Amino acid sequence: MSETNRELEPLSDPGLPEHIHRKTDVDPLAAKKAERQVSILFTLSALGTILFVYAYVWIPEDTLIFLPLFNVTNAHQLFLGLGLAMALFFIGMGAVHWAKTLMPDHEVVDYRKEQRSKDEDRAAFVATVKDGASQAGLGRRPLIKRSLGLALGLVGLSPILLLRDLGPLPENDLNETNWKAGTRLVTDPGDRPIRPSDLEVGGVAQVQPEFPAGKVRHLDDIAQDSVLLIRIRPEEFNLDAERLSWTYEGIIAFSKICSHMGCAVALYEQTTKHLLCPCHQSTFDVTRAAKVIFGPAARPLPQLAITVDNEGYLVAKAPFNEAVGPSFWGRDSQ
Amino acid sequence: MSARERVAGGTASFIDERTGAAKWMKKTLTKVFPDHWSFMLGEIVMYSFVILLLSGTFLTFWFDPSMREVEYEGSYEPLNGIKMSAAYASALHISFDVRGGLLMRQIHHWAALIFMAAMVVHMMRVFFTGAFRKPRELNWIIGVALLTLGIVEGFLGYSLPDDLLSGTGIRIAEAIIQAIPVVGSYLSYFIFGGAFPGEMFIQRIYAVHILLIPGIMLALITAHLMLVWYQKHTQYPGPGRTEKNVVGYPLMPVYMAKAGGFFFIVFGVTAFLGAVAQINPIWIYGPYNPGQIGAGSQPDWYMGWLDGLVRAAPPIETHAFGITISWNILIPGLIIPGIIFTLMAFYPFIEQWMTGDKREHHVLDRPRNNPNRTAIGAMSLTFTLVSLINGGNDLLATHFDLSINQIMWFSRIGLIALPPLAFVITKRICLSLQRADREKVLHGRETGRLVMLPHGEFIEVHEPLSPEKAYVLTAHEQLPALEIGEADANGVANPQGFKGKLRARMSKASQEQISKPTSKEMLELEEGHH
Repeated sequence: MSETNRELEPLSDPGLPEHIHRKTDVDPLAAKKAERQVSILFTLSALGTILFVYAYVWIPEDTLIFLPLFNVTNAHQLFLGLGLAMALFFIGMGAVHWAKTLMPDHEVVDYRKEQRSKDEDRAAFVATVKDGASQAGLGRRPLIKRSLGLALGLVGLSPILLLRDLGPLPENDLNETNWKAGTRLVTDPGDRPIRPSDLEVGGVAQVQPEFPAGKVRHLDDIAQDSVLLIRIRPEEFNLDAERLSWTYEGIIAFSKICSHMGCAVALYEQTTKHLLCPCHQSTFDVTRAAKVIFGPAARPLPQLAITVDNEGYLVAKAPFNEAVGPSFWGRDSQ
Repeated sequence: MSARERVAGGTASFIDERTGAAKWMKKTLTKVFPDHWSFMLGEIVMYSFVILLLSGTFLTFWFDPSMREVEYEGSYEPLNGIKMSAAYASALHISFDVRGGLLMRQIHHWAALIFMAAMVVHMMRVFFTGAFRKPRELNWIIGVALLTLGIVEGFLGYSLPDDLLSGTGIRIAEAIIQAIPVVGSYLSYFIFGGAFPGEMFIQRIYAVHILLIPGIMLALITAHLMLVWYQKHTQYPGPGRTEKNVVGYPLMPVYMAKAGGFFFIVFGVTAFLGAVAQINPIWIYGPYNPGQIGAGSQPDWYMGWLDGLVRAAPPIETHAFGITISWNILIPGLIIPGIIFTLMAFYPFIEQWMTGDKREHHVLDRPRNNPNRTAIGAMSLTFTLVSLINGGNDLLATHFDLSINQIMWFSRIGLIALPPLAFVITKRICLSLQRADREKVLHGRETGRLVMLPHGEFIEVHEPLSPEKAYVLTAHEQLPALEIGEADANGVANPQGFKGKLRARMSKASQEQISKPTSKEMLELEEGHH
């Protein structure tokens, strides 16, 4: 506190309180007892290590035991962990108890000095810097200064450029999926083509585009192509004529990749005909072309136009007419 | 001289003759540290960091950071024959076929949660007691950097096993990256080596998780501790404690035993949790597949508030000229966290600007004696807490049979309405506590003993405080508000304009206090009593 408002202070500092001796400081019996307590704690730690070794070597890894509170649990893992916990914890407890009861508890006082250096030191420092700078002669040699600036400015480019090959450019990738006009819908998992009759009213199925023999389906494909088929009664749809023509006998197909952040929109509630994304609870109304009725998603799930081919299997009538998944800068959302 | 003393002396002289460290060591070993339970919080952070390094190193001996597709063959029957990434298979191998592997995985994950929690509580201690004030602003900024890095490091860590839950988290992170204006989809393609999920990101985040970020954190923690060491620790107000001294116990032997012992206690508790409390059972989730998801997908708690903000965001996107700006992702995912962390980092300087107090402070504030700061802290915590609650809205809905829509609306309104409310309430509580302190100093402690006076009146006996206790309650200083008038004495408008007015109002708000008893009041009272 500053000198000026000292007179405002109601109470003066009574100073450090008198040191009160602990029982262990004055009573040798108490000290002896504390010593025993500390050594008991250290011994418990040693027992913990023995338990750890026992569990590691002699308890088979697939031993299941029943314990109240834990129900059925793996004994190997449990006793290994309890042994380690004991071994560590009681070393700590012993050391702290030792420090608290038997080591000196006299508070001592140390003094602080202000962080800033003395004025003459600061002046000397500034002088040193100036001196050094003038010896280097940067100010007197503008050519060096400028070319150094240029070199330093440019040298940072190389590490950035080196990162270029981390990945390809997105090109038009985000706007495209493997769905083409006439691509069959196949079950995921199973890769079997499906007929409308395979899906009952109220049913849901996850499908992928059929791949030509030999082409492997990667996770990248699933992240773009996953489609959810839902069948309701056709009269329950509340769609315009175009969107209605994209459905087939009450079967409607949506991209399963959430238009918000790309999670799989997996929760379908049959009674309300709502699709819910478990990540951020965006809710889409199936009867109204997956219109967002709740949550942070700003766009409906893209709808895939479907029909059947001449063998009666469900196929895509056309590719998605917009990018699936979360938004990005170059996405044309008109 | 005993044999032991000879060995100790020999070692000391060996080191000193080669480093000349004797003087420094002597000073170091007798260094004084003040004692208070709240000073252990930072220790917990440091010790859990050490535990993370140890357990993490153990895990790297088996973990295979590769997205190469393999067929699982191991002790966990339900997944046998399932195709998965080598990363996930090796995480299962660690869990089921390496003795102590599951224990170490669980210790690692628990230590990460404790690390983050202790860091947040340590930061709250530093904030509410004003320990960040000059000369410790740099250490506060290092702390904010460590918190930020800790959040990223934790997220990358639980993403590594490549299970269904962690893959979902990565998918969300990818959507945030993709939402960055102009460069988003490019950044995403660079980071993932192509389309999401690609086959690169596990090995990339592995390098970042085990080398890059821990290295930076280790350097920052070292700098943090060196500054604590060099600037000497702050202390709570009390008799004999001033801005000019530091009162406590010497490092050797008391602090070495206490702090060293405390490391083992923290490690022991973490190991206990790893033994009995299951965490992140990746085998239940199954391997990541972008077409699948588990219900109740939750991030770890320190990411939960961000997820809660994302959930609460209104569904707004801007579509124009063939481009899309996702405000529903940018605002909660990047803009708000950016503002929060920037304000947090600069808070010491903001407070200096508000109060005009640029002096050094080594004696801590009792939170009530700085109502404005305490209220700002409560306000920020309320905001984070409401968003954290919203981050678990699906679990709250299923566990308490609530409607998720109602929780979401509560959070949306609460995020805006509750923080200011918390500010006002906290400030009032602080001022009331100041009033209570003042009462106590002037009229003593209420004893609860009622005494009947001869004429029948009942009074409660007040017991005067001990001089030490009374000193603690009055040792803080109460600065006057800055005098920045709207216009000076000659009627010339304040040249600082809006900035000046704002500063005047802030200063007035930050110096709102119940004036503590003056020496005159104390004197009058003493005379009255006798």
